[in-house]
Amino acid sequence: MSEDAGKAYWYAVLKLVAVMLVIWFLVSYGAGILFAPALNSIMVGGYPLGFWFSCQGSIYIFVALIFIYAKLMGDLDKKFDVHEE
Amino acid sequence: MSLQATIYLVVGLTFALYIGIAIWSRAGSTSEFYVAGSGVHPVLNGMATGADWMSAASFISMAGLIAGMGYGGSLFLMGWTGGYCLLAMLLAPYLRKFGKYTVPQFVGDRYYSKGASAVAVICLIIASTTYIIGQMTGVGVAFSRFLGVSNATGVFVGMGIVFMYAVFGGMKGITYTQVAQYCVLIVAYTIPAIFISMALTGNPLPQLGLGGDFVGTDMTLLGKVDQVVTDLGFPKYTTATRISTLNMFVYTFSLMIGTAGLPHVIIRFFTVPKVKDARSSAGWALVFIAILYTTAPGVAAMAKLNLHATVNTAVKGGGDLFATEASIKYDERPDWMKRWEVTGLLKFTDKNNDGRIQFYNDKNPPAGAVAAGWNGNELSVNRDIIVLANPEIAQLPNWVIALVAAGGLAAALSTAAGLLLAISSAISHDLLKDMWMPDLSEKGELLAGRIAMASAIVVAGYLGLNPPDFAAGTVAIAFGLAASSIFPALMMGIFNKKMNKEGAICGMAAGIGFTMIYVFAHKGLFFIKGTEFLGLFGGKANFFLGIEPNAIGGIGALVNFGVAYVVSKVTPDPPEHIQHLVESVRVPRGAKAVDGTHIH
Repeated sequence: MSEDAGKAYWYAVLKLVAVMLVIWFLVSYGAGILFAPALNSIMVGGYPLGFWFSCQGSIYIFVALIFIYAKLMGDLDKKFDVHEE
Repeated sequence: MSLQATIYLVVGLTFALYIGIAIWSRAGSTSEFYVAGSGVHPVLNGMATGADWMSAASFISMAGLIAGMGYGGSLFLMGWTGGYCLLAMLLAPYLRKFGKYTVPQFVGDRYYSKGASAVAVICLIIASTTYIIGQMTGVGVAFSRFLGVSNATGVFVGMGIVFMYAVFGGMKGITYTQVAQYCVLIVAYTIPAIFISMALTGNPLPQLGLGGDFVGTDMTLLGKVDQVVTDLGFPKYTTATRISTLNMFVYTFSLMIGTAGLPHVIIRFFTVPKVKDARSSAGWALVFIAILYTTAPGVAAMAKLNLHATVNTAVKGGGDLFATEASIKYDERPDWMKRWEVTGLLKFTDKNNDGRIQFYNDKNPPAGAVAAGWNGNELSVNRDIIVLANPEIAQLPNWVIALVAAGGLAAALSTAAGLLLAISSAISHDLLKDMWMPDLSEKGELLAGRIAMASAIVVAGYLGLNPPDFAAGTVAIAFGLAASSIFPALMMGIFNKKMNKEGAICGMAAGIGFTMIYVFAHKGLFFIKGTEFLGLFGGKANFFLGIEPNAIGGIGALVNFGVAYVVSKVTPDPPEHIQHLVESVRVPRGAKAVDGTHIH
């Protein structure tokens, strides 16, 4: 792989990870902690929403994030032709 | 059959199952032992990782702590799951591409320095030993109840069993044993939760039941819990933060990056067949962990409600909580309370001499309690017993109580054994063989490993008798220690090509040093009671921005990153071949089978 392609691949990887980690941060530290008091005035399925994010929602989203990341990384590897044979 | 006999039977059967599987699929060689996961379906591998990961802290201790802390306890739920995202996205695939077995090996090669590797080994030993103290606390609780003895005796019995279990060696490394342990553990955790959720809300799924209506009323369950605890003077369950928002934030952060820095978790991702698998296998592990972690908040809130309902009949029946007859008579207390009194973890003191149990928050006594002549809280319940006592409190059948005991033991033993193996291989292989005594025979290496294990158990058991915190609290400190040392070194090793050995070594030393000083100031030098030195820092607890010692690892990690960056700027860049190595690690193609040798 040429140096330019290598740089482009790594840049794409960092961009993907950054997007994922922003979501990761927003659902846990954001909705579950910093904005929880504000969200708690909304009730969803019997839960105050901030409380729900902190003890249920964030965990479901973490699971989804990892699988989405794995899928998108697989696509990136193929696109840049760096996947394992 | 009596309850005690049922417990012996169920615990005995599960142990027979683990040993049976271990014998049936014995690992032959060291490499088989390490890569036992490679020929296994990713789903089964996820279950095995789940068993490895979920310890006495998750199983025995966590829900009890959440019951006590309310909303603030969610920091354990987010902290101990969110770290898997970091593992999957920042570490696992790259460490897999690197192709080594252990964390010290990676650190030693990436930072072209045996010194860096030695510092990593020391950090790893400190974090793992602290982790085992927490396990010993949990094992002590489980055995004291299981055998009907004092908590101290329970810890001693636990030390013996953990040692035998860990020395049994290969048993722990076999994926199928861990799959069995996962199944026992998850069934044991969810069955009582389903029973209780059904009874309290009519919805069998605790994840939904926690949001459901309290049976027979149009009030939500959480609303009911909020009402009962605030009436009794406790903070509102769904909004009580842990000390402060900042503290909760840092605590969660510390647990998350600690997850991604613990050697016995990371090792599972070193050994998957492909880089691609390293990414998704973290996802599968989290799926199986999430089953327990999304059940736990339901267990916590429902156990809290049931506990209050047990000692105060007005909780479920309605009516005045402070009426004389509402508090139950001590002589008529249920059998489960008598059984836990034997262990010393549940205590009653009749402060107003009325022969009844008044259970409330006497630091913020409600007006009704004062008017009724309540003279202080009379029931102390150790938070670590809540999960094990939960099925007894809810009066579930004997086989469910027995199953929970077996699950707690499976959780504690599998993790303790995994950590002890990590400690023993770090000392015997990474430290002795690689650094000090290169011609150590295989036999000598094995012996050194066993001695290391035995010492770790004795130290952890001794400190577990007077634990620094509840089981999950102690384990949280261990995560903080890993967070402040290992995680930043690994992450910078991959994401910062210019990070050099000087930076990494100074960063790890500064991060873990800062964290240890803060923790020991509060909890005693090496957790020995009576050696706290808060006086040096003004004598006030949580003196740094109001952050508790359990959470300080999050700040320690920032110290690590900062020191490493500054030091790397004023010292020479790493050699050219190391920078190329880092570049090749970032690309999946060309991943080779894992091998244990060093490149220099």
